[in-house]
Amino acid sequence: MTAIDASPSVMGDPDENGRFGRFGGRYVPETLVPACAELEDAFREAWSDPEFIKEFHDLLRDYAGRPSPVTECHNLSAELGFRVLLKREDLNHTGSHKINNVLGQALLAKRMGKTRLVAETGAGQHGVATATAAALLGMECIVFMGEVDMKRQALNVFRMRLLGSEVRAAMSGSRTLKDAVNEAMRYWVAAVESTYYCLGSVMGPHPYPWMVREFHRVIGNEAREQCAELLGPDSNGGVPDVVVACVGGGSNAIGIFSGFADTNAELVGAEPSLGAAVGRQVPGVVHGSMSYLMQDEFGQVQEAHSVSAGLDYPGVGPEHAHLAEIGRARYEPVTDSEVIEAFQLMSRTEGIIPALEPAHGLAWMVKAKDELAGKTVLLNMSGRGDKDVAQVQAILDGDVEALEMMRS
Amino acid sequence: MTVTPTTWKPGTLEASLRAKRDAGQKLLLPYVTGGYPINDWPRLIEGFASVGADAIEIGIPFSDPVMDGPTIQEASSLALGEGSNPAAVLAEVAKTDPGIPLIAMTYYNICFHMGHERFASSLKEAGISAAILPDLPLEEVEEWAAVADEHEIETVLLAAPTAPDERLPRIVSRSRGFVYGVGLVGITGERAELASSALEMARRLKDTTDLPVVIGIGVSSPEQAAEVAEVADGVVVASAIIRKMLEGGTPEDAISFVGELRAALDGV
Repeated sequence: MTAIDASPSVMGDPDENGRFGRFGGRYVPETLVPACAELEDAFREAWSDPEFIKEFHDLLRDYAGRPSPVTECHNLSAELGFRVLLKREDLNHTGSHKINNVLGQALLAKRMGKTRLVAETGAGQHGVATATAAALLGMECIVFMGEVDMKRQALNVFRMRLLGSEVRAAMSGSRTLKDAVNEAMRYWVAAVESTYYCLGSVMGPHPYPWMVREFHRVIGNEAREQCAELLGPDSNGGVPDVVVACVGGGSNAIGIFSGFADTNAELVGAEPSLGAAVGRQVPGVVHGSMSYLMQDEFGQVQEAHSVSAGLDYPGVGPEHAHLAEIGRARYEPVTDSEVIEAFQLMSRTEGIIPALEPAHGLAWMVKAKDELAGKTVLLNMSGRGDKDVAQVQAILDGDVEALEMMRS
Repeated sequence: MTVTPTTWKPGTLEASLRAKRDAGQKLLLPYVTGGYPINDWPRLIEGFASVGADAIEIGIPFSDPVMDGPTIQEASSLALGEGSNPAAVLAEVAKTDPGIPLIAMTYYNICFHMGHERFASSLKEAGISAAILPDLPLEEVEEWAAVADEHEIETVLLAAPTAPDERLPRIVSRSRGFVYGVGLVGITGERAELASSALEMARRLKDTTDLPVVIGIGVSSPEQAAEVAEVADGVVVASAIIRKMLEGGTPEDAISFVGELRAALDGV
């Protein structure tokens, strides 16, 4: 393993063009350029205003239920042969880390005088979180969701409608997350003056990858403090040896990595093997930024495939591409069957049913257990698994019909 | 290496459009999706030229066209489904001889993935003189545009109604060939009426530059084309042409529609 670059500039602010190294930027239709610039100015102003930050943190505490705890998994540790800690984002209101970002962005939208939120969603977690924030703050909300995903995650569609949001089917292309992003961007191009685009991951044009990271930084900041207390100064200075998170667009991973980028902790992102944008290392431009992108020989964007709808995205946030390129984080592929194993292992040994997304992180840990022997490993438990139990049941029962319906 | 505007000379497209504009002609730039309708599309190029197009936009289909509405999306998706790819589109274009400038219109990843040098030289070899990349705005365009300038490929920039006044002069000074004024706040597609923003955009650009000012997006009929050309130097028409064929019309129907657009512009 190469030496870890733990300089403070790692995971600092992007440059004035919104770049992390060579990745990022603002590749949007001209119509949206002024809106992105306006958003950047508004975010910079709000993020330096103690009033705004207090309002955000009050909501995170009183509404989302932060801080989320760090749980030591004694049973799993005994089984795997290394110390396993979980950052419990699954215990947040709405059941995942996504609430951090949407509360931040919805507050900012309101501050900017926008009356309507538009969002994309894959599995529905970000859509539900956005619908929740819109309900709380009294804003209109339109969520684009691929038609295929609407079938796979029908309950989340109902949740969003219950929360007062409009859900619109994205009917183009593969009718999944990438097409929902296309539709949300098209909507935003046409309604940019009144509408705020509440993007759900650390992707998109500058300032989104940076801003969304800042709203999720609370995950890493809390975990850093909690680990210091739990581990004590004698255990690698209170820092876990390895920090693990799943990576689709990469928002939960960026959130937890940001708390440990300046330490000697190894940072590991687990990607679905058929959605491993970082693993393939081919740069490309889609949805507003340059990053690693799954594409064919002509540059057409390919469809990702994963048992987890939340990781079913052919790109990845530009800062992950940068962290991979400078060697500060590594990205490892795991297969769907390894994920299903890990999902059951976590449920059985700890009484915690994980979402399929963070089960990717655990799947890597199981695979790498020889390398991890004797170490302390912090996994970001980015969401709870309630949404996935029907799908996993169908997989385990070999219920082909039910799976076809869910995967369409 | 970069080529500064002072060393740069108007290319084929700009010279041709300027000459016609200065002679009092309104400019007509119809659009063809490369690969749709399969087998028939290449003859649209010479067909459009024969009924009076001044330049033709040739779309190289991309999987995720965020600036396009349902019509262009569908044509792109049908073309991709039939195996259309950038190399095949350019090879077909190279076989045509329309006698007017051709403009490639695609999204940046197609160009980036091929590599700037190779994309520019491929366009040139196909007889294409300009490129429109709608997701490559002013702040991101320089790396590509410098290479394009060297290869004498004119990079046309878009100007949108959302741009503050101070932005327009910067856009037109980097734009080559003409400046593409976005007629409305939205994506490509037909509209029942010409948006008032189209005329406003044309006025703002005419007040800013001597480059040909061409308005597109939401220009759907001969009447709308004529209306916007009262102020602008010309129009781009895309969705209205493609829809004719998506709805069962023949390439000849599309060509005769372009002829109607020509006649309407000639009446301005």
